[in-house]
Amino acid sequence: MKIGVLAIQGDFEAHAKMLERLGVEYVYVRTPEDLKGLDGLILPGGESTTHMKLLAETGLEEAVREMAAKGGALFGTCAGAILMARDVKAPEQESLGLMDMTVVRNAYGRQLSSDVFLLPTKLKSEPLEMVFIRAPQIEKVGAGVKVLAERDGKPVLVEQGRMMAATFHPELTEDTTIHERFLKLARNGKKPG
Amino acid sequence: MENGNEKKGQENLWRVKVGLAEMLKGGVIMDVTTAEQAKIAEDAGACAVMALERVPADIRKEGGVARMASPRIIREIMDTVTIPVMAKVRIGHFAEAQVLQALEVDYIDESEVLTPADEENHVWKHAFKVPFVCGARNLGEALRRIGEGAAMIRTKGEAGSGNIVEAVRHMRTIVSQMKKLTTMGEEQLMHEAKELGAPLDLVQHVAKHGKLPVPNFSAGGIATPADAALMMQLGAEAVFVGSGIFKSADPAKRAKAIVYATTNYQDAKKVLEASDELGEAMKGLDVRQMEEKDLLQTRGW
Repeated sequence: MKIGVLAIQGDFEAHAKMLERLGVEYVYVRTPEDLKGLDGLILPGGESTTHMKLLAETGLEEAVREMAAKGGALFGTCAGAILMARDVKAPEQESLGLMDMTVVRNAYGRQLSSDVFLLPTKLKSEPLEMVFIRAPQIEKVGAGVKVLAERDGKPVLVEQGRMMAATFHPELTEDTTIHERFLKLARNGKKPG
Repeated sequence: MENGNEKKGQENLWRVKVGLAEMLKGGVIMDVTTAEQAKIAEDAGACAVMALERVPADIRKEGGVARMASPRIIREIMDTVTIPVMAKVRIGHFAEAQVLQALEVDYIDESEVLTPADEENHVWKHAFKVPFVCGARNLGEALRRIGEGAAMIRTKGEAGSGNIVEAVRHMRTIVSQMKKLTTMGEEQLMHEAKELGAPLDLVQHVAKHGKLPVPNFSAGGIATPADAALMMQLGAEAVFVGSGIFKSADPAKRAKAIVYATTNYQDAKKVLEASDELGEAMKGLDVRQMEEKDLLQTRGW
């Protein structure tokens, strides 16, 4: 199995370290060609406006949509979750529109509101540490989207088919649960590329 | 709420401070002086902006005391863009930092570009909830700032010079000093800490991991896409561009080109693409012709 980590800006190295710990082969993705032969792709944290611009300029925007359409597994964290959403608010902006959800940017406030929480998930009995940094909020999800964790009644970890999104940063913790869940999604499907 | 005792709270605060710096990696942080410039920067793909009253090249030209920007300008910029907004305080001026924290900026740069307020002490940055970035010319300086609570380091370079030579010197110095530590036995580290004038635990961290415990960015002299690519290849994890953009002939185009080159720094064809038809870069200064008193990098220690 081979996983790509979108490496145009943001905390892609933290995701790579996570994959290393889990013993999974990975490549950094900067061009459409880098997507060849991948079972899944991680969209890291960073600035979603920067990511969207560079995705469009490099031709990756179309290539990632195609990968998703062919059944490739995708996982977005924070800025990555914004890119995954069908609708983005505050302000409205372009996204890849792959998951049936509406995301509000910087909904918890500026950096002063960034914090770490211990919250329950449907993935295991113990609560998980979740690092929120200038986090977006998932305002609503469609019927086909499974909510795996919530903060204050709003979804923070969701899944739809072979796609996952987290508004926090599992890659900045020691816990591998969420990445393992994503790898399972990637393993179960057919190779898209 | 679930954060338990105070120690855990401090640890978590440190994690989100460094965490935001992690999110800026691979990106370009641009100096802006108006909401309009901030919008140009955001549209070009900047991952953050630095709000200030004058860019370093103008501070240098106009002289006088350079202070924290007016809150009105910073607020206008915060209201205009959705990317993180940073602002500068004078070295040691913790009251300016308190004001910026009250204003809720996302990052504070305790910067040698402004006129220092304290020639002995830097701000005790652990006392703040807003994260700080500080400049450094060598490893000792970087580790002293981290010891005081800086969650991000940038090489100082020579701000407002449009000349990359000092940024290169500082990045090369820090990288080779770190490399040297990794070759040393643990019994040598106390002596090295004394030589560097740096806290022992941070020296031990660098010796073990070969890198700083916080992200290491580059600043001070970047004016072209190739400058950005150079600094990234030398080990910078992101770049700050000050005067280089809005002192050039076509700021929007240059901003976009530097973002593109920073992302694709390992691909010379793409850096070439970014370098084409950019118009005039800022004129720049020969650092060797400058007098000691005009250097900004020697402010702070």
